[in-house]
Amino acid sequence: MDTTQLGHNVPLTERAYRIRRNAVLMGEVQGQGYIGQALDIADVLAVSYFHAMRYRPEDPHWEGRDRFLLSNGHYAIALYAALIEAGIVPAEELETYGSDDSRLPMSGMAAYTPGMEMSGGSLGLGLSIAVGIALGLKRKASDNRVYTLFSDGELDEGSVWEAIMSAAHYKLDNLIGIIDVNNQQADGPSTQVMAFEPLVDKLEAFGWFVQRVDGNDMDAVVAAFDAARDHPEPKPRMIVCDTKMGKGVPFLEAREKNHFIRVDAHEWKLALDALDAGRTA
Amino acid sequence: MSTAATTAAAKPRLKTSAMIASIAGEGQRTKPAPFGHALVELAKARPEIVGLTADLAKYTDLHIFAQANLDRFYQMGMAEQLLMGAASGLAHEGFMPFVTTYAVFASRRAYDFVHQTIAEENRNVKIACALPGLTSGYGPSHQAAEDLALMRAMPNMVVIDPCDALEIEQAVPAMAAHQGPVYMRLLRGNVPLVLDEYDYKFELGKAKRLRDGADVLVISSGIMTMRALEVAKALEADKVDVAVLHVPTIKPLDTETILAEAGRSGRMVVVAENHTVIGGLGEAVAGTLLRAGVVPSAFRQIGLPDEFLKAGALPTLHDLYGISTDAMVTSIKGWL
Repeated sequence: MDTTQLGHNVPLTERAYRIRRNAVLMGEVQGQGYIGQALDIADVLAVSYFHAMRYRPEDPHWEGRDRFLLSNGHYAIALYAALIEAGIVPAEELETYGSDDSRLPMSGMAAYTPGMEMSGGSLGLGLSIAVGIALGLKRKASDNRVYTLFSDGELDEGSVWEAIMSAAHYKLDNLIGIIDVNNQQADGPSTQVMAFEPLVDKLEAFGWFVQRVDGNDMDAVVAAFDAARDHPEPKPRMIVCDTKMGKGVPFLEAREKNHFIRVDAHEWKLALDALDAGRTA
Repeated sequence: MSTAATTAAAKPRLKTSAMIASIAGEGQRTKPAPFGHALVELAKARPEIVGLTADLAKYTDLHIFAQANLDRFYQMGMAEQLLMGAASGLAHEGFMPFVTTYAVFASRRAYDFVHQTIAEENRNVKIACALPGLTSGYGPSHQAAEDLALMRAMPNMVVIDPCDALEIEQAVPAMAAHQGPVYMRLLRGNVPLVLDEYDYKFELGKAKRLRDGADVLVISSGIMTMRALEVAKALEADKVDVAVLHVPTIKPLDTETILAEAGRSGRMVVVAENHTVIGGLGEAVAGTLLRAGVVPSAFRQIGLPDEFLKAGALPTLHDLYGISTDAMVTSIKGWL
């Protein structure tokens, strides 16, 4: 059964809570990880997998699926959390995260994980691959879409702009880019590492249909995905999502250095408690 | 006759360091655009084939394919990273992209994209690259002296260095028959035709002995096989008997044939390649022999030096770096 036939009776906020919880549990397995990013992008992943996309959990290679590319491979923990919630990866595998022989390595790779469409890790690859997939889907007269998540830090890579230019050239209205703007990369705030604003103006000048939303406002994200799907112009679509690192766990939100988080053993329980408090609030 | 006219008549015509220089010798038989025509022929039976280039269709003979199949051709602009990523995406959707650019740009500029989006995911992408080795006089920006070393170091990548027009025609369907990524060095424009005199048939992964000889075994790939055959003819006059083993597939290497030929006693082994002597066919053969405990009476390498090459006319540079027929004859005689 594909997701278009599924009843979406679980609220998206609950899906996002479960994705965050899965990610924190996986982080606990390794004692560290890109937890801040997983927490910030959980709402977008909930909308992607439980509102926007078509797929069959039991058949990750189903030809009629929408493709989801994770360009920022270090966000793998976030995508695994969503793939587990979506039933594409069995929940039992959560505790293997990052371990030897696991299908869930710390950086996302296509050959390892069901539902992983590309190998990331080296940044700035995803949108170029997405251009090829979008061209391929059009060649097959498929009405499927290719969603590509990448990060504001990847805007430093010239290849991203090569892809942005070509997607408009080829009028790839089946390509939906999602930029996670959490303003945090390895050496510090993204805007200080390499200025990229005004992002919406730049992308519009490159010929894209662009929306900018609070990526942690569920209703806003849903509306943006709907508008990206329904936009009538033959243009590629970009959703710029401003997000909060560590979203849902206040003591992680407050950390200044949160690109790669090490969490003390007792803090994992505190993080889960914080998520639970947010769930019932 | 005026003094000026006399001077002009005596002065030799200046040789060119043009980017696109013909590698065909004067009066040599050639065929035009063998890659482009072979791809058009193959694509008739293979609807999944698409062509992509980065603003170099006309200079990689892909324009022949584009003219015949405009709806199957993608111009990606001067953007080699995008070119490789998009080819990966099309392969992901079941198509078989043939990608062209210059060898320098595929191997140097887009290396990470070839490595990560194509080779690591074992995508069915065929990369055909013009101006391999020293086939341009334009200087290091366009001279792909290191492409074989880079590409053969990459897991999953099959690497082909064809000799002439006939071999390119035969290699194109062989590339398509192989499931996975392939890098082929491309000779474009009017390409020499030599192997048709040797009852030759390209087989992926196979080395072929083109002639036998008792004194010297030249192991070569690409245009150096053409040179080796000329060297063998030239040395007949000096009663030097030269065998030529052509190795068009650099990876996977036909170690069985190489060991059998190099293991025959009493012959000096010379590996000749249009590539830096670091990391190409020469060192691949040396490693093969050493690992198997096969020690020829002498082992020599002919190839480009470990330095940034000069700009200049190709015949001048081929003499300078020892890969012209005359320079090879001199080297081999000196080693005997």
